Amino acid sequence: MGNPVLQVENLVKSYGDVHAVRGVSFAVDEGEVFGLLGPNGAGKTSTVEILEGLRDLDSGRVSVCGLDPQRDSQALKHEIGAALQSTSLPEKLRVMEALRLFASFYKRRRNPEELLKRFGLEEKRNAFYGKLSGGQKQRLALAMALVNDPKVLFFDEPTAGLDPQVRREIYDIIEELKHEKKTIVMTTHYIEEAERLCDRVAIVDHGKVVALGTPRELKSRAGSATRIEVRLAKPEVDGALKKLEGVSDARELDGAYVIHSLRPPKTIVDLVKHLEAEGNELVSLEIASPSLEDVFIEMTGRRLRD
Amino acid sequence: MRNFAALTRMRILLALRNRMFFFFSAVFPLGMFFLYAGVFAKGNPRLVSYFLGPVIAFNVMGSFWGLSVALVTFREQGILRRFHIAPVSAADLLASSILANFVLTLPTVCLELFLARAVFHVPAFGNLGSLAVFVVLGTVSFASLGLVVASVTNTMQETQVINQLIWLPLIFLSGATLPLAYLPGVAQRAALFLPATYLVTGLQSALYSSLPIWSLFVQVCSLLVWALLTFFVAMQLFRWEPEAKIQRKAKLLALATALPFFLLGVWENGNGKILPQAQATFRSLDAPRDNQAQPNRPPHEKQSPF
Repeated sequence: MGNPVLQVENLVKSYGDVHAVRGVSFAVDEGEVFGLLGPNGAGKTSTVEILEGLRDLDSGRVSVCGLDPQRDSQALKHEIGAALQSTSLPEKLRVMEALRLFASFYKRRRNPEELLKRFGLEEKRNAFYGKLSGGQKQRLALAMALVNDPKVLFFDEPTAGLDPQVRREIYDIIEELKHEKKTIVMTTHYIEEAERLCDRVAIVDHGKVVALGTPRELKSRAGSATRIEVRLAKPEVDGALKKLEGVSDARELDGAYVIHSLRPPKTIVDLVKHLEAEGNELVSLEIASPSLEDVFIEMTGRRLRD
Repeated sequence: MRNFAALTRMRILLALRNRMFFFFSAVFPLGMFFLYAGVFAKGNPRLVSYFLGPVIAFNVMGSFWGLSVALVTFREQGILRRFHIAPVSAADLLASSILANFVLTLPTVCLELFLARAVFHVPAFGNLGSLAVFVVLGTVSFASLGLVVASVTNTMQETQVINQLIWLPLIFLSGATLPLAYLPGVAQRAALFLPATYLVTGLQSALYSSLPIWSLFVQVCSLLVWALLTFFVAMQLFRWEPEAKIQRKAKLLALATALPFFLLGVWENGNGKILPQAQATFRSLDAPRDNQAQPNRPPHEKQSPF
């Protein structure tokens, strides 16, 4: 293990009756890309915004770059960069003006020209922020997170609401930062994003970390079982699918049945036979190799998608 | 200080690119100017000079609208959030918006003075020192009031409603639109509780009666105290996040901004000089001035238009 630049111990945060974060702990090493994966409302954003010093915590201990985000928030802001959710810039501010303006706030600065080039915004340097596309806005947000050459980067749902093409562009950018050994903390509710970009992932649900490890470790925890997802014409009796050949786990999820199987061909043959005997019918069938989604289903009994 | 300067520059740029701003800060005040100078005063230099104070007061008080709307927009759109993650303080943000507004108000005020001289032949501007003091105090205090309203309302609609509720009495019961002495007795007494009245009478006394700053100490001191208090309250109530709740305490604090002029109003209603002075000034419009011979003026134009 390297030296942690960021530590969270037993973090708790409530908004009135809503317990957003209920005892979250993790540490992030220098140069690591750390992901918080979970559905909307799991407490990811609250956790990240406490780390950034934007929100106060109720209890627990947090340290970022050796600073307390609550006490030393001004000093911390010079050390971190962030692309937050639901932020924007004034419509009539030009791209280059925005980069220059924000660079001027910091003691340590990167050359805005170089950032512009790197994020493919050169042609848009004089464009008003309001005229940019969603992808361009997001690229600008990432570029702006880098203006102070930060030690730790926070990306809160960096690809939310973007179309797949643009999403891949953002992945490339984050991967490039990863190669530069930037420490990045990101939140996401996309499985592929966490699997592709993160060195380690904390799966978060209802304000708690339910699993933590490298994507590979987490997947192996779910077993090497293949996921077979079926929709049936008629509901099945509880537990009947668990008895099929090769099945390690089966459960109902939003009207579908998710079966984890160690020997998928055998399971499918057995399933068809079983359905025929019961007078039931297969409406759809999907087979997927194990992913973090399966870990999430196993830990919470729910799907990650909202 | 560097942040303050950079933010002020940004605000000025944004305002100049905003067509609405151009309308409200140039077209509308100049329209008012020509309405009063050309139509109501019928181009009579003495009446133009009398109305110049109220017209400039109206112009200066416009900062109230501009800043409240800008701050709510910035908060609702998540622009403040973006600044929050950078090492920018609330004081820098608020103070820079006031300075920018002042810088942008100045040309219109100067233009009004110039036109009064060039087009309507107002012979003298009275006391320019007093005028400058009131323009500064008026901009800062009414801008701060706008910032307070922005912080105790949640949406643009709410802000607009509250703004109207505050704005209408401010302009109609203060002498900014109709001369104070022309209003019914009850309204004149009520006017003494409003900050706008002191700005209007201050500006009018400076421009029309050429009073130096020390003879206007009631207006200067009350507006100064009020400007400091309102800015302080605006700082206390400032919220970065759109979803941050407004506490009941905050609303009480906002009401505290009415306190100085409530107390002054009680005093002025009892034994103050503001009202008698305003009435005397109004009456003087009908009497010929001894020291300022104005040849070639038909007698009927000496009449007040009201």
